[in-house]
Amino acid sequence: MLNIMSLKKKKVEGEASGPRRPKTTAAQIRLQKDLADMDKLPGTMTLSFPDPDDVFNFNLKISPDEGFYSGGSFLFTFKINTNYPHEPPKVMCTQKIYHPNIDLEGNVCLNILREDWKPVLNINSILVGLQYLFLEPNADDPLNKDAAEVLRSNRRAFEQNVFRSMRGGTVDGVVFADVQTRR
Amino acid sequence: MAPSINSQQRWRGVYRYLERTGPFANEGFEPGEKVKDFLHTIKVLVVGAGGLGCELLKDLALTGFTDIHVIDMDTIDISNLNRQFLFRAADLGKPKAEVAADFVMKRVPGCKITPYFGKIQDKDEEYYSQFTIIICGLDSVEARRWMNATVINMYDEDDPETLKPIIDGGTEGFKGQSRIILPHFTACYECSLDMQTKPTTYPMCTIANTPRLPEHCIEWASVLEWPRTFPDKKLDGDDPEHIKWLLDQASARARQYDITGVTYSLTQGVVKNIIPAIASTNAIVAASCATEAFKIATNCATYMSNYMMYVGEQGVYTYTFELQKKDDCPVCGAVAIKIDVPANSTLQDLIDLLMERKDIRLKAPSLRTGSGSLYMQAPRALRDATAPNLVKPLRELLEDGGEITVTDQALPISMNVTVRFSD
Ligand SMILES: [Zn+2]
Repeated sequence: MLNIMSLKKKKVEGEASGPRRPKTTAAQIRLQKDLADMDKLPGTMTLSFPDPDDVFNFNLKISPDEGFYSGGSFLFTFKINTNYPHEPPKVMCTQKIYHPNIDLEGNVCLNILREDWKPVLNINSILVGLQYLFLEPNADDPLNKDAAEVLRSNRRAFEQNVFRSMRGGTVDGVVFADVQTRR
Repeated sequence: MAPSINSQQRWRGVYRYLERTGPFANEGFEPGEKVKDFLHTIKVLVVGAGGLGCELLKDLALTGFTDIHVIDMDTIDISNLNRQFLFRAADLGKPKAEVAADFVMKRVPGCKITPYFGKIQDKDEEYYSQFTIIICGLDSVEARRWMNATVINMYDEDDPETLKPIIDGGTEGFKGQSRIILPHFTACYECSLDMQTKPTTYPMCTIANTPRLPEHCIEWASVLEWPRTFPDKKLDGDDPEHIKWLLDQASARARQYDITGVTYSLTQGVVKNIIPAIASTNAIVAASCATEAFKIATNCATYMSNYMMYVGEQGVYTYTFELQKKDDCPVCGAVAIKIDVPANSTLQDLIDLLMERKDIRLKAPSLRTGSGSLYMQAPRALRDATAPNLVKPLRELLEDGGEITVTDQALPISMNVTVRFSD
């Protein structure tokens, strides 16, 4: 197929080429594909872009319509670097919320955001994963150990803690953010 | 230009392969003076002058390549000296590319090595297009992806000269690999991105609550405690003070959980994701890369198709197989077309033109340039933000000859459209 010998000689020394335009990187192309091919999001999720030209940084709002967290709106930031999809997006919750898998700094324990990330996964996979965390908080992978312990031992008490925290209330001495959906 | 010193003597071993044909010769191999001359004339580039790079420079120089360029952004550190054998204690702090070039030129008379001390991203297509073969000895996925995309984008079907074979070597401890990438003909680096080992990470909840390994304590310090304590300071794995802080935090946590083994070097290793480099792995992988470069340059034997893995943990094992090109590869899977339109036609006109094409059959195209969004079908926020562009004339959105990346559910990955204004 390739025979380097046949390609030799003809070489013309560096004809100056025009000014360099910003080249589209593989990460940009993948992100464009991830975002543009996304099926219509369920009504419980909204994406927003502070700068529509920048697809590497955006925000997600999840407003669950069932489960412990219905009635709340939860905000996340997505920061993606040029090594996407080799590296996963960095996702943080921007509010202080009471959730067994999200700590008070906003770190999220979701396997596909760290140890189980693969380049075949995409932004949509993460949205599905995050949505699931609100429908089925998981006491086995705790980031907020106290919340996980309550969820494991007493679902009724957990439900009440979530309810109080979502209204900006205090649970175990911690003041949480008011995350009630405003209409 | 053939080397002046008695080259028959100097390259006697190499010439044996070039003076007569044999059963393994590649199609089109012509033994004789011309191929020897070609080997001594072409420019090849070695990317990286570290563990693999030192081996590559030595091997290529001794294989008869006499016009070698090398690019590397690093300076010599004391920890390099055990395996990066072109460097001596007196060279500490000096640029690797320059010291390596001097050393090999001194030892292999007749071989010219041109160093560049700087980043691969400093150089553009014009620089890379002067080389016949590019041999990479890099240690990061990011740098490899950049090199791969740059060289693959240089290829122009109408000009065979623009096809630059890449030979890529990589090592991780006792494992290594060498591969050949013929842009647009064989699988590229991006095609096999999912094969690349990712940095080791541990579940967030394990490092937060149930540490069992010293690495868990170090990740706890770097991933959770550092941003909590210094929200606005970026962690720098090369800053000894940062590493010391992490070490103190991680050690305290390790004591609390009865875990042993947190040390300064492990802390730095985890933070920088360092996999110990093994000199013999570098030597084996570089030898394979140099041999393939020799075969590609001369045709004296068929070259590898296209991936060789080496495992040296329990013996010596190699396996060679052909990686398949992927249709949905964002680097080599993109379709490229050129389109001529009047500069005052609108973005919508351009989209209509694209959708009329029977060979592509787009359904709902989204368009971006390298610097911004022109029109995105989804998500909703981007569609709303970009819809006003549809009625704008193209000249307001891009320059003549500008490139647009089009994605669509009907395309495996994307289409690269060069827009030329016809007026
Ligand atoms: Zn590819």
